[in-house]
Amino acid sequence: MFTNFDFDVIRRSLGYLFFDGMTFTLTLTGLASLGGLIFGTLLALMRLSGLKLLGRIAGLYVDLMRSLPLVLVIFWFYFLVPYIGQWLTGASRPIRVGAFTSSLVTFIMFEAAYFSEIMRAGIQSISKGQPAAAQALGLTYSQTMRYIVLPQAFRNMLPVLLTQTIVLFQDTSLVYVVSITDFLGAASKVAQRDGRLVEMYLFAAAVYFIISCAASFGVRRLQTRIAFVH
Amino acid sequence: MNYHWNWRIFWEPAPNGTGTYLDMLLSGLVLTIETAICAWIIALVFGMIVGVLRTLPSKTASWFGFAYVEFFRNMPLLVQLFLWFFVLPEILPHAWGLWMKQMSHAPFYTAAIGVGLFMSARVAEQTRAGINSLPRGQKLAATALGLTTAQTYRYVLLPMTFRIMLPPLTSEFLSTIKNTSVAITIGLIELTGEARAMQEFSFQVFEAFTAATVLYLLINLVVVIAMRFLERAIAVPGYISGK
Repeated sequence: MFTNFDFDVIRRSLGYLFFDGMTFTLTLTGLASLGGLIFGTLLALMRLSGLKLLGRIAGLYVDLMRSLPLVLVIFWFYFLVPYIGQWLTGASRPIRVGAFTSSLVTFIMFEAAYFSEIMRAGIQSISKGQPAAAQALGLTYSQTMRYIVLPQAFRNMLPVLLTQTIVLFQDTSLVYVVSITDFLGAASKVAQRDGRLVEMYLFAAAVYFIISCAASFGVRRLQTRIAFVH
Repeated sequence: MNYHWNWRIFWEPAPNGTGTYLDMLLSGLVLTIETAICAWIIALVFGMIVGVLRTLPSKTASWFGFAYVEFFRNMPLLVQLFLWFFVLPEILPHAWGLWMKQMSHAPFYTAAIGVGLFMSARVAEQTRAGINSLPRGQKLAATALGLTTAQTYRYVLLPMTFRIMLPPLTSEFLSTIKNTSVAITIGLIELTGEARAMQEFSFQVFEAFTAATVLYLLINLVVVIAMRFLERAIAVPGYISGK
């Protein structure tokens, strides 16, 4: 079965795979989860603000993003971001946007919907006495959120947020559909150039598997530690 | 925005000779639904078996269930589809590999099986959570009555579990529908694929993707409404969802 398995093709392309590919994947994962968390928290606050219109807009956005396949959203933003850029900068024609910016915008906008649902659950899990006490102490709404509610919500939801980040890490492989060189894209380019699909795809699968397994193991340990404190 | 909108494009004939652009998108919609239903059947069957295995008293069974779930959960779906589509035919005995490569509709079968197995790990987790959420007394009472393990599952635990599990399964089914779009990478021209093809033929990017978006929203709406009826019909009285 593995008689003509060529390990050398993996060894030769390690630099390209990890310095070009994995760096892209990890940077995208990190920045997109950070941006997604910020926008997601804002969306969650909009939904819980009690202002009907604001809540409805945020709800529509979240429902829309969650009903669409990520592949379609990637295509949407891939073509839309140049026009958004034109609109923002007032240029006369759609601006050229790099692969990284385009996919970063896509994943921030997409993940914000998922992170917002997690943060909403987190905020709702805080007992009513907390914001009430903050108000009694004379804190404003934004102070209550910043110093009392959000830190606790974030802490309670940390394992879920990290699990979602692992999902995001795996989902970044979908930028393949617009031919961007992330880790899988790099593996696939080497595979097609050298005609070594079996080796490269098995190797890519193993790398994704090990990273995700290690990360979810870490999350599970964190979860038991957090549970202990409570 | 200097984009040339042309909403009448849907009624213009597509260059691939299959009718109008609208027909193209609708045939993609049908393929998306077909793939999703096949994948969902696989996901339900395998997921429930593995989910039950994880709750059995046998160490081997629960370890196997754990390994199965971790295997399918820790690789991106895209990579899994590549493994099934590109790698599997190469590492099987030559004759089998050749048969797989020459099979017609290979992307469809690969997508249905690949997405199905990927989702089965999630269904397994839901099944396990469902069984574990039942009061322990149910299992104990069944044992006290002299039921075997198989009978306990068949007559006591599973009938309850299925009814409790329905709401989370609805969202897993919606994920299955969305995940079929990943099969665009192995050449399955489903709804997203047809929208992409329409964009390449006609250059009407935003019309094509808007139409695909609306169709996905419609599928979601239909599934959610249908499942709500089903949930109401089989809700367990006295449980949260039952009124």
